[in-house]
Amino acid sequence: MQQLVMTLIDGINLGSVYALVALGYTMVYGIAKMLNFAHGDIIMVGAYTIVVFISRLAISVPLAMFLCVAFCAGLGFVVEKLAYKPLRHATPLSVLITAIGVSYLLQNLALLFFGTNRQFIVKFINVGSFDLFGVSVSGISVIIWVTTIVIMLGLYIFIKKTLLGRAMLAVSEDKGTAQLMGINVNRTISITFIIGSALAGIASILYSAKYLNVDPYTGSLFGIKAFAAAVFGGIGSIPGAMIGGLMIGLIEALTASYLPFNLNAASDGFAFVILIIMLVLKPTGLLGKNYTEKV
Amino acid sequence: MQGKERDGKVALLEIKNLGISFGGLLAVDNVSLSIEKGQLYGLIGPNGAGKTTLFNMITGVYKPTSGTFCFDGENLTGKNPIEINKKGIARTFQNIRLFKNMSIIDNVKVGLHNNHKYYMVESVFRLPRFYNEERKMEKEAIELLEVFDLDKEKDTLACNLPYGKQRKLEIARALATSPKLLLLDEPAAGMNPNETEELMETIRLIRDKFDMTILLIEHDMRLVAGICEEISVMNFGTLLASGKTSEVLNNPEVIAAYLGE
Amino acid sequence: MKKLNSKLYRNLIMVAAAIAVYAFIAYGMNTNMLPRATQTLAIKACYNVILALSLNLIVGFLGELSLGHAGFFALGAYSGCIFSINSSLPIEIRFFVAALIGGTVAAVGGFLISSSILRLQGDYLAIVTLAFGEMIRSFIKIIPYTGGTSGLNGIPSLGSKFMTFSYSYVFVIITVLVIRNIVTSRHGRAITSIRDNAIAAESVGINIKAFKIKVFTVGAFFAGIAGVILGHYINFIEPANFSYNVSIEVLVMVVLGGMGNLLGSIIAAVIITFLPEILRGFDKYRLLIYAIALILMMLAGNSPKIIELRAKAKVKIMMLRRKALARKGA
Repeated sequence: MQQLVMTLIDGINLGSVYALVALGYTMVYGIAKMLNFAHGDIIMVGAYTIVVFISRLAISVPLAMFLCVAFCAGLGFVVEKLAYKPLRHATPLSVLITAIGVSYLLQNLALLFFGTNRQFIVKFINVGSFDLFGVSVSGISVIIWVTTIVIMLGLYIFIKKTLLGRAMLAVSEDKGTAQLMGINVNRTISITFIIGSALAGIASILYSAKYLNVDPYTGSLFGIKAFAAAVFGGIGSIPGAMIGGLMIGLIEALTASYLPFNLNAASDGFAFVILIIMLVLKPTGLLGKNYTEKV
Repeated sequence: MQGKERDGKVALLEIKNLGISFGGLLAVDNVSLSIEKGQLYGLIGPNGAGKTTLFNMITGVYKPTSGTFCFDGENLTGKNPIEINKKGIARTFQNIRLFKNMSIIDNVKVGLHNNHKYYMVESVFRLPRFYNEERKMEKEAIELLEVFDLDKEKDTLACNLPYGKQRKLEIARALATSPKLLLLDEPAAGMNPNETEELMETIRLIRDKFDMTILLIEHDMRLVAGICEEISVMNFGTLLASGKTSEVLNNPEVIAAYLGE
Repeated sequence: MKKLNSKLYRNLIMVAAAIAVYAFIAYGMNTNMLPRATQTLAIKACYNVILALSLNLIVGFLGELSLGHAGFFALGAYSGCIFSINSSLPIEIRFFVAALIGGTVAAVGGFLISSSILRLQGDYLAIVTLAFGEMIRSFIKIIPYTGGTSGLNGIPSLGSKFMTFSYSYVFVIITVLVIRNIVTSRHGRAITSIRDNAIAAESVGINIKAFKIKVFTVGAFFAGIAGVILGHYINFIEPANFSYNVSIEVLVMVVLGGMGNLLGSIIAAVIITFLPEILRGFDKYRLLIYAIALILMMLAGNSPKIIELRAKAKVKIMMLRRKALARKGA
């Protein structure tokens, strides 16, 4: 029982971070109609900024966190501007290959600057813990949950209620018509990237606070799983990203702690099997809508 | 296997109460049509009347939610586009869909794909049947291109063709599948009067040369009045009127639908 | 008639080039005139060419992005090499049988994965293939007979480097011929038509699903053979040989060589194989260069600004040429 509760809490923690990243995927996919392969790597970059700002430069923690989010948002903006914007009318295959190129570029830049070795991050959020069903729950877990829920609600309100949010919905529905209605499509897509990347920045803070380490490949695997979460919940759906993230987090935590030891070497393999099964069986996800090409 | 007889003629395509709804929205409702062999049949109606949707159902792109359609005496309702094409229905698209990065002749050869068969193994080992069938395909493709006056530029990439020729190539590709019924979706869209005139000639020629039955969607009334023997008018997803072209075009209801009340 | 002649001419040049390349390297290897590193890389180039050609069939001709090529590569390498270790056939025959087994096992993998993802396309398909590749690599670690994380040891060698190269070269030739003959047949046209416009392809009776399966199966088959060559050349394989990076490296070859261009794939594969040698000392920048190359290639082909620049440059060159001609005339 105790182990189960602990596993579930772990799963929810992990799932919440996945959910934040999945949000970024879902927004960009919904609005720019492209899979931003580099999204996961932005988390890795964010975690490295934490390493630099907190462990190396010893900047105060709140400022470092702010800088991290700002850096990620800026990176998202620059990447969109330089690599994706010129390809707005290119084939999906070209866009996808470019995105893979960007992802690979970020990984290898990190590799060049920080080496292959895992960098450890000092514990920078110090909060106590409390008891739940006889299991000690760390304060960081609570921070993760609260942050995720607040962001999720905030984003939901932002999209439904503000002018900019509705512009995003319009662009996601039909770029051409949105343009005719006086919406600046390019700017809307840019803003989407900025928000998505800022969310990845926040996710990277939570990730670093919880796991306290990073390497150049941290982001890609994490990103792929988060993408699976977004697909599972239904691309384009905010609550879907939340549900999908939690599902993937829980599945991963449960398989990691209940899989026999000799199979543990392939624990990532099982995650991929689940991903494949999910994409094959329900590509539209739980809450997603069907996109069909108009003939 | 014989189609239903009507006035002594054979109905090639028999649509009965066909309808489709998208998430509760009725796009096409209760449409019935009958097209005879050798006919040049027009389908007109304002934008959004459901004409292309009807095409998409007949070609298997969409699955009808009600009603049936029979082709050459066989019920094809709900079959997929590949089966339907093999049964003898070919089409063109409103927004031209060519294989843009392939040469003109290869576009037509893709249309001939199912008429000249050899196995992949035969092409890997370049067995005699590969050469025989390829030679036949080349000959047939060039013959088709000659009809449309495209044979001189057969090695040009399709994306480099001017608009009017792209439309022609699309028709040639559809004909390559040797259909019994050809569906043309707004063949004259974006053409100037001269090009339209020429297109009318071509359509007549196709009908006579290939003994083809043609169903076309068109907005250009001159084209419709000039070549279609019978037409149907659609409005808001339903059939407004059907019959001889001149009669239908003088029908007050049809005029109202086009010009507004 | 003229066209037929030029085709024949082109084919003759290709055959001559293939023989010349082989003769040059064989001579260089036998006399040891080629540096040792170059000899090794020549073998590596063989399996890289096979990988690039087979991926080009999927990405360049069918137009679907497969990020799991390393998975097929691994399936072939492990199944072929496990056979080779446990067999007592003469080594030459053993190698060919191993290649056949490796190719077939990989092809079965390609068949299974492609037939389960028929409904998917584009981004989703790419992610599934990526997951497939990583899944294969993970499972190799826990499957018996594969040596697990510590790798598979004792794969027999074909003797000298020259022998290994010669046998690999045979498979390169086979791959080139088979893939070329497929893409220049009615099947090849159908595959390309799916890439250009799937809806139109279906409307003329092209069975998209069947071709997707065929292309993935054939592509995987050759990737599997490449894996067997790898195993018999380094005599030891481990899961790290088949990482996601390998899939990307092959993708870079295909993109640089030009999607849908077989000769381009061959040349790009050879260049990329020798790149670490050419860029000695810059090796840590190699992957970075790949990433930048991928992005730049896509931008160069698609960005409206660059396309406009290219068009302008073309006009300028034409003007200059005309001017030069006029001057000559005067």
